[in-house]
Amino acid sequence: MSTLTPTERRASVPGPNVRSTGSRRRGKSRMDPTRNNTAAGIAAWLLALLFAVPVLWMILTSFHSETDAATNPPSIAADLTLDAYQEFFGATSGVSPWPSLINSATASIFSTVLVLLLAIPAAYALSIRPVKKWSDVMFFFLSTKMMPVVAAVLPLYLVAKNIGALDNIWFLVLMYTSMNLPIAVWMMRSFLDEVPVEMLEAAQIDGAGLLLTLRKVVAPVAMPGIAATALICFIFSWNELLLARVLTGVVAGTAPVFLTGFVSGQGLFLAKVCAAAVVVSLPVLFAGFAAQDKLVQGLSLGAVK
Amino acid sequence: MRAKTRVAALAAGALCVAISASACAGAGGGNSAGDPNAINVLMVNNPQMEDLQRLTAENFTQKTGIRVNYTVLPENDVRAKISQEFSSQAGQYDIASLSNYEIPFYSANGWLAPLDHVAQDPEFNQADILPAYTASLTGTDGKLYGEPFYGESSFLMYRKDIFDAKGLTMPEKPTWDEVAALAAQADGAAPGMKGICLRGQPGWGQVFAPLTTVVNTFGGTWFDKDWNAQVNSPEFTAAVEFYTKLVRDHGPAGAAQAGFTECLNNMSQGKVAMWYDATSAAGALESEASPVKGKIGYAQAPVKETKSSGWLWTWSWAVQAASKKQDAAGKFIAWASSKEYEELVASKLGWSKVPSGKRISTYENTEFQQAAPFFEAERFAIENADPTNPGVQPRPAVGIQFVGIPEFAALGTRVSQGVSSVIAGQGTVADAVAKGQEAAQKVGDKYK
Repeated sequence: MSTLTPTERRASVPGPNVRSTGSRRRGKSRMDPTRNNTAAGIAAWLLALLFAVPVLWMILTSFHSETDAATNPPSIAADLTLDAYQEFFGATSGVSPWPSLINSATASIFSTVLVLLLAIPAAYALSIRPVKKWSDVMFFFLSTKMMPVVAAVLPLYLVAKNIGALDNIWFLVLMYTSMNLPIAVWMMRSFLDEVPVEMLEAAQIDGAGLLLTLRKVVAPVAMPGIAATALICFIFSWNELLLARVLTGVVAGTAPVFLTGFVSGQGLFLAKVCAAAVVVSLPVLFAGFAAQDKLVQGLSLGAVK
Repeated sequence: MRAKTRVAALAAGALCVAISASACAGAGGGNSAGDPNAINVLMVNNPQMEDLQRLTAENFTQKTGIRVNYTVLPENDVRAKISQEFSSQAGQYDIASLSNYEIPFYSANGWLAPLDHVAQDPEFNQADILPAYTASLTGTDGKLYGEPFYGESSFLMYRKDIFDAKGLTMPEKPTWDEVAALAAQADGAAPGMKGICLRGQPGWGQVFAPLTTVVNTFGGTWFDKDWNAQVNSPEFTAAVEFYTKLVRDHGPAGAAQAGFTECLNNMSQGKVAMWYDATSAAGALESEASPVKGKIGYAQAPVKETKSSGWLWTWSWAVQAASKKQDAAGKFIAWASSKEYEELVASKLGWSKVPSGKRISTYENTEFQQAAPFFEAERFAIENADPTNPGVQPRPAVGIQFVGIPEFAALGTRVSQGVSSVIAGQGTVADAVAKGQEAAQKVGDKYK
C-alpha cells in the first residue's frame, strides 16, 4: 500500500479539494496561490519521502553483503553485491523460490477473479437495484469481518485436515475469496453508487436490456472502481501470511511463508530477507503501476461529490 | 425478471467452475504425501539445517532414491507448526526437528514413532552418540524417540587478545563473581567495547536460557520437587538481580533486545569482550569469514553454588507417529545424524560447519580438533551437563535451562518479559519475580 501513497498524495494536493476547503483559506490562496501550492508540494514530497524511506532502505540493504547489513551503526556506503539475490534464488541452498511465487500468484489471481465475479452482482443488487433491507445485508457482510481470523484458524485447520484439503493451494483460493468478499462488496457498492440514476433511466428509455446497460453504461463508470477493488483484493491475498502458514506445507507454501524462512535465530539474514522482500513486493508494485491510471480515478471516486 | 435469473445463473456457473477446478487440482496435483519415494521434513532454519538442505539431493537422494522435501521456518514459527501438526497427527510431515525439551512430552502423548530400529543399526552406532542425549531423548517408556542432529552446551567465550593486552586472566572454570569483575575491567578495553553480552530478549528460549543456568548455580529453581513455585525465593531473585545488573552495567547498547544473533554480531564486530552462550556459537566465531577467528578463548559456564552450570540442548530428528513412511524416515535420520554426514560436511564446507556436539568420535578426530579450538571446552561442558539434577535441590522434571513440561514455554516467556523490562530500565526485579511466582504457582498446581 505504501507504493500508492505518493500517487495518492500528488493527486490530491493540486486537486480542487485543497483549494476549496473553507472560505478563510480560499481568500488566502487567492492572494498567492503559487506560494501555497509550493508549500503544500514540499510537504507532500517530504511525506512521500518519509513513507518511501523504509522501502528504499530495504532495497539498499538487499544489495549489501550479510556482514555489512548487520553492522550498527549501518554502513550505508558499503560495497554493493548481488549475493543476497543469488542466495534468494537458491544459489547455495538449491531451493528455488519459484514454486512459492507461483503458488502466491495462483492464490491471488484466482481469488481476485472469484471475488469480482461474486462481488459485482452482489453490489449491483445492493446499490443500483437495491434489494429489500439492503442495509441489513451490508451489515451482515461487514459482520463476517468482525471476528479476528486468528480465532478461526484452528477450526479451519481441522476442517481442512478432515476433508484432506491441507497443503492444497485451491483451499487457500477459497479462503482468500471469502476473506476479501465482504470488503469487495462494500467497495463495489460505493463505486456503483456513483453511477447516475439518470444514465440508467436514459439507457432504459432507449431500450437497452440489463446486460447491455451493464456493459455500456455501468462498466465504463465503474471500471476504475473495479480496478481498485481488484488491486486491493490482490494485495491482501498476496501478502496474507497467517492462513498460508497454518494451512500449507510442502507443496502449497506461498511467497510470504517462503520469505519468513530466511529469518534465522542463528546467523546473519538481513540482506537475504531484504532481497526476498524486494522480489516478493515486485508483483504488487507492477500491478499497482499497471492499474495506476484507473486507481487514481477509482480512489477519488467517492471523494469528489 | 429474465435478465435477473441470467445474472444469477452466471454467478452460479462461475462458482461451479471454481469449485470443480479446485476439486480437480486437489485430487491430481495436491499434496505430496502420496509419493512413496518422498518424505517431508519440517525443520528450524538454523545454518546447520541449511547446509543439510544443500547436501541432500546430491548425496542422500542419489544413494537411496528417496526425495526429501524440506519446509524451513524460524524457531518460533516452526514450534507452532510442529505442535499443530503433531497434536492433530495430520501426517503431512514425516520428520520434524524437535529438541530435548519437546521430545519427552511429545512421546508421552503418543505423537512420535520410536526410533529403536535406527539405534540398533550397527552402522549408525548409537554408542557413539554422547550418552546425555540418548538419555534425554528417551521417552518414559524406555524407547528412543529422537536422534540428535547437533548438540550444544553453554560456555563462556572471551577475547584472548583483549585479555592479554589488559593483563587479565580467565580461569578455566570461572565463578560468576570473577566474571562480573572481569566484565568491569574489560569494559572499554578497546574503543566502543563493552564487558559482556548476555541475552536480554524476552522469550523462554532467549533470556531465560542463560538466565536459568545462572538461577541453577545460584541455588535457585523454578519448582521444588513437589511443584511448589520458587520464583520469588531469595536465590532466584538474587540470580535475576545479578544477571540484570551485569547486563545493565557492562552489556552492549540495546541489551534488552539482544538474542543469540545480536550477541553473535556484537562478538564478531568486537563490540564486547565476553559472551556467555551456546557452544554452537563457537563454530561461527571460528569460521573463515569471522573477523575474530583465532582470537577467542573458551571457558566453562560460570558457577556459584554448583560444580558446573552449562545447559544441554540438541536439535534432533523425530518421526511423526502418523507418518506412513517410517522406513524412509528412518533411513533419512540414520544418514543425517551419521558420522558419514559429518565427514561429508567437512569435505564440502569445512570442519567448522560440521553439526557437531553429538558424537564422541567427532571430538577424537584430529582434523576437527584443529578446526575447532573450542572442542575440549565443548565436550567437557556437554559431558558435565546433568539434565536430571542441574541445581542444588531435587527437581520435579528434567531439564537444565528449561522445565520439561509443555507449560514452561508460555510461563518462561511471560516471566521473561518482566526481566527484559528490568534490563531495559523499567520495573524492578522484585516485581518481576513476584508476578513470576504467581504465574508459576498456577502451573505447578496442575501437577500437584
